[in-house]
Amino acid sequence: MEILLFGVINSVTLSLTALGFTLVYGISRLPNFAHGALYVTSGYIVWLCVNTLGLNYVLGIVVGIVATAIIGALMYRLIILRIRGMQISEIIATYAIGLAIIEGLRWGGLRGSTFTLPSFLAGSFEIGGIAVDYQRLFVLGSGVVVFAALGLFVKYTKTGLALKAIAQDERAAMMLGIDSDRKALVSFALGSGLSAFAAVLILPLGSIVVETGYNVLIYSIAVSIIGGLGSWGGAIVASFIIGFAQILTEVFLSTQYQMVISLLAIIVTLLLKPSGIFGKQKELDDRV
Amino acid sequence: MSDGRDRKERIDRGIKVRSDGLYAVSSLREMLYLSGPRILLIAGLLLLPLLLDPFPYWKRVVNILCVYALLAIAFDFLANCVGLVCLGGSMFIGLGGYFAAVFNVHLHLPIYLSIPAAALAGAVIATLLILPCLSLRGVYFAIVTLMYPLLFTRVIEAFDLLGGSNGITGLDSFPGTNLENYSILLILLAVLFGLRRVLNDDIGLVMHAVKDNDQSVRASGIDVVGIKALAVFIASFIGCLGGAYLAHVYMWAGLSLFALDFSIIPIAAVTIGGGGVLFGAVVGCLILVPLSEFLRFFGTFRIVLYCTVLTAFIVLKSEGLMPYCTRKYEQFERWADA
Repeated sequence: MEILLFGVINSVTLSLTALGFTLVYGISRLPNFAHGALYVTSGYIVWLCVNTLGLNYVLGIVVGIVATAIIGALMYRLIILRIRGMQISEIIATYAIGLAIIEGLRWGGLRGSTFTLPSFLAGSFEIGGIAVDYQRLFVLGSGVVVFAALGLFVKYTKTGLALKAIAQDERAAMMLGIDSDRKALVSFALGSGLSAFAAVLILPLGSIVVETGYNVLIYSIAVSIIGGLGSWGGAIVASFIIGFAQILTEVFLSTQYQMVISLLAIIVTLLLKPSGIFGKQKELDDRV
Repeated sequence: MSDGRDRKERIDRGIKVRSDGLYAVSSLREMLYLSGPRILLIAGLLLLPLLLDPFPYWKRVVNILCVYALLAIAFDFLANCVGLVCLGGSMFIGLGGYFAAVFNVHLHLPIYLSIPAAALAGAVIATLLILPCLSLRGVYFAIVTLMYPLLFTRVIEAFDLLGGSNGITGLDSFPGTNLENYSILLILLAVLFGLRRVLNDDIGLVMHAVKDNDQSVRASGIDVVGIKALAVFIASFIGCLGGAYLAHVYMWAGLSLFALDFSIIPIAAVTIGGGGVLFGAVVGCLILVPLSEFLRFFGTFRIVLYCTVLTAFIVLKSEGLMPYCTRKYEQFERWADA
């Protein structure tokens, strides 16, 4: 019971963090290696808003999400747009930006456990004899809401449909008058905003440390690869696999194995079904 | 953009044209033109320890510079000649260093055996670890190589393997500083010119083809994965050689061998020096590594600096310094009527 409950919560947390990465990759085929950095940045912005500027917490969260989305958009517009299509440069540039942000924050004094965000809902309650705090439950709920909202957005709005079209076939979408670069900008902003959203939800459970940036990047990548790069449904299924695997290793082995497990999962996936669980359409594309 | 009346045209210098073919051996001047840059690099590198004799600290920097240059060459080779972007160069350094430590301290191999043995063992392990993602195109290689150094650090730290966070101490040092200097310099030159020869050979053509169009390689009946694995083996051998050497210089192998610097400086060096030509990687290291010694005071801020410079180069001057200089050396520009 305990495993089931915390497994579900952990899985939803993972899929929330991975959503931004897999969204950007799915739409514009850009591997955003700065994903983890944006995650940490948004947490830090919220912390700055609340503790230094003395803003209201809710307002701080809004500012944090919007600011991160703008950072993502600027990153795309100023740097990535110019090197789009050169895959080596794309990888190096996003990785370099991510590193610069993370190490810059570390240098700027983001160390130790002094940087914490308060949780929205204090207290906890019991389900079948297990104490669950409200914050985790809130994460669970809002995760479901975000998935539903995103699904509706993609299905029923014009922008969402355009994004979907580009993800499926960029050339055909361009022939139908969809501006691929602008939509990629939107996807980048959306992805960054989503990672910020995940950050403000999840960071109150711990403290803001720069190492989270690397962890988030790695786990999101693991989830996206196992689910099939760019496939949203696959990402959610994969985060349940990894999430439960993590909780199980934590219970039966120790926490140190968590990263080993996710890397093993990646390797096994690459060996058995390289396109991931749900990555059917790209199977021909990615294989040699 | 002007209104199109004038344009710049580039024309090969006369001496470049003359020294292209057999006529290169026609006069001393042509021969010097061709071999000048190479002689400058070789002589410059070999004289460096002599010139820096009064400054023992900077002599050590030369050693570290050579290790970075080896890594940068490996990165350049993988990224621009085979099309695999390796984001975790520190994995090679770490594997080579730890293997050297195990061979030297636990198995008591002498230093001249432990370094090559460690390079070989590290290269085999690295190739095996990377093998699963080689059958895929695209970002998978970058992702997997990004994860391994972090994973190694965690595993060694968590399970207290190989000395845990203290590392393995007590490696043999080099018998003399001159040997220490010149061994790595000669290794660097050998790797540089050897790898260039490999790339100009048939196998190099196949590797370039793997980068540009792997389907055509497959259609020619050549095993793409095998070629990629060979390239990874060569690159990781070079990287592990540097790592094993470094462990012997420090007389210590520890977690800092997996440090981020070993991943990012080579990438920055290749971007600044220019990709695709292996010399660019060395030029980039010659600029970056001394600079990073001057900036030692800034700590992790240096990484921010590298990343900024790197991004700026990618966006604004993506060809890098070395191809730019080559162009200036071989061609001149003039305004012409369009």
